[in-house]
Amino acid sequence: MNVAVPAVGPTELRRSGTDWRGFAFHAILLLALLFSLLILFTLIGDLVSRGLPTLLERGPTFLTSPTSSQAARAGVSQGIFGTVLMAVFVALFAFPIGIMTAIYLEEYAPDNRLTRFINVNIRNLAGVPSVVYGLLGLSIFVIGLAPLTGGRTMIAGGITLAVLVLPIVIITSSEAIRAVPRALREAGYGVGASRWEVTRLLVLPAAAPGILTGTVLSLSRALGETAPLILAGAVLGGFSSGNKSVLEQIFGRYTVLPVTVFDWARKPQADFRELTAAAIVVLLAVTLLANAIAIILRSRTERTW
Amino acid sequence: MQPTASAPSAFSPAGLRGSPARRRREQIVKVVFLAAALVSILISVLIVWSLVGGAVGFLQNVVFAQLAENGWYPRRDEFGLLTLIVGSLLVTGIALVVAVPVGLLTAIYLAEYANSRARKIIKPVLEILAGVPSVVLGFFALTWISPVIVQRLNPSSSDFNLAAAGIGVGILTIPLIASISEDSMRAVPRSLREASYGLGARRITTSLRIVVPAALSGIVAAIILGVSRAIGETMVVAVASGGSGGAQFTADPFQPGQTITAAMASLATGTDQVVGSDAAFQSLFFLGLMLFVVTFALNQFGDYFVRRTRLQY
Repeated sequence: MNVAVPAVGPTELRRSGTDWRGFAFHAILLLALLFSLLILFTLIGDLVSRGLPTLLERGPTFLTSPTSSQAARAGVSQGIFGTVLMAVFVALFAFPIGIMTAIYLEEYAPDNRLTRFINVNIRNLAGVPSVVYGLLGLSIFVIGLAPLTGGRTMIAGGITLAVLVLPIVIITSSEAIRAVPRALREAGYGVGASRWEVTRLLVLPAAAPGILTGTVLSLSRALGETAPLILAGAVLGGFSSGNKSVLEQIFGRYTVLPVTVFDWARKPQADFRELTAAAIVVLLAVTLLANAIAIILRSRTERTW
Repeated sequence: MQPTASAPSAFSPAGLRGSPARRRREQIVKVVFLAAALVSILISVLIVWSLVGGAVGFLQNVVFAQLAENGWYPRRDEFGLLTLIVGSLLVTGIALVVAVPVGLLTAIYLAEYANSRARKIIKPVLEILAGVPSVVLGFFALTWISPVIVQRLNPSSSDFNLAAAGIGVGILTIPLIASISEDSMRAVPRSLREASYGLGARRITTSLRIVVPAALSGIVAAIILGVSRAIGETMVVAVASGGSGGAQFTADPFQPGQTITAAMASLATGTDQVVGSDAAFQSLFFLGLMLFVVTFALNQFGDYFVRRTRLQY
């Protein structure tokens, strides 16, 4: 008697018919992805197509003239100057303090309550909305420390931004330091190096690419911030920088590119719309460039130990 | 180390300690780094101190009737908090409607479907989207999202409206939700997926019935942190939803309105001369404290869920 043995092969294990549900789900996933891509391209395309003609028409004068209530004469020179100086402040204050904190937490700190508290505290600070940092800047750096900072000056704004990105610098640097393998440190201690020598000569060089990526990312974040600086005294509207020296300007009134964008975006006149788009193109060039540098830097230096 | 006749042997404990100068340097370095770490605590203390100080001053200066006004006009001493709270809820709700589906689906794609080449393209795109300054997104919401999307859906909608602002905030929240939920889906052990495939499940079944439930805590955390981010977003709303100077109470997303954050920004654009104990100026700190408390609570809650995922696997 012959029993029909069902043949079991790859073909028999496939379900009959097309997997419509799976197909549809895959399509939905791709649509969701497409949404983000489309938004990004529409955003950049729309702003560039509106801003670029103005930018080309005005030429370099747009970058070198101060703000003005007349669209035909307004430029972003003060915004660019302010933004560059903000970058300097962030690099001067947030980077060293942030990296030192990260080194302390990863290399020195004993596992006790103080360390855990510092860690939790940093994570909380990273989640505080940026506008709240503006209030800190307003009440402490603008009003409280007015004798030192001179009130609504670039210093007050710069320190506010430095404080804002400090937790990000700490967190990204900590991650980079933590990724350095233990073996490297143990090799260092094994040949008699002290903790600082191990940190300085072995850990930091190994973690440098990661730390650099984090700092560049946080810089790009700082340069795009508007809300905290509006609160911490950046000027909306026109002001004259005249022939002041750089030092006088640091101790004087200031604005930054994103604040200029906000100021112009609020103006009802139609010609300011185009001007705003032009200022945005300049701003995007700065922040997205910093972002792109960080991303490329990371993919170049990414290594698995 | 130079072994001399009088010095202790280099291999004794004392000899291995090195020179006093070297030890002193070690101590100094440690103290300096500790001091840097304490800066972050000082910052938290200063934030809480300045917020609470201003908020208490505000509450002493106003009567309850002012807080229950039917609009937020700080320069007229009308502080209708409900206007701002409803505004914030509307914007956050609309933002979530955009960001949660897109963010989660993107995360599923990245974690379960994408090969490494697709990931190399998609992740930077999301990061660049996250890097767009919020004031830029605000301008885009006002000049593109509002006329092209919102006013097409509802022709009677005002140029400045909360809906466009909400969509803008949602776009900014997508990368955050996508990246946190992707992390949690990637943390799901391979063995679970293999067991599912071994039973003959397809990829859609494995994704939706195995990976997503297993990563649920992380997904919840992503949504909570997304809410926190959306509530704290300022410039998109300040640019796109109008209402500079104040706003009438409205629960209609197609009208201009203000959120807690946008009210702060618009107040600050006028604080130039108002530095003192003026109630309008102090209301800034009251709003800031409200925002701080809400986002702090949400972040704690979100962190709890993130930790739970880590404990699970």
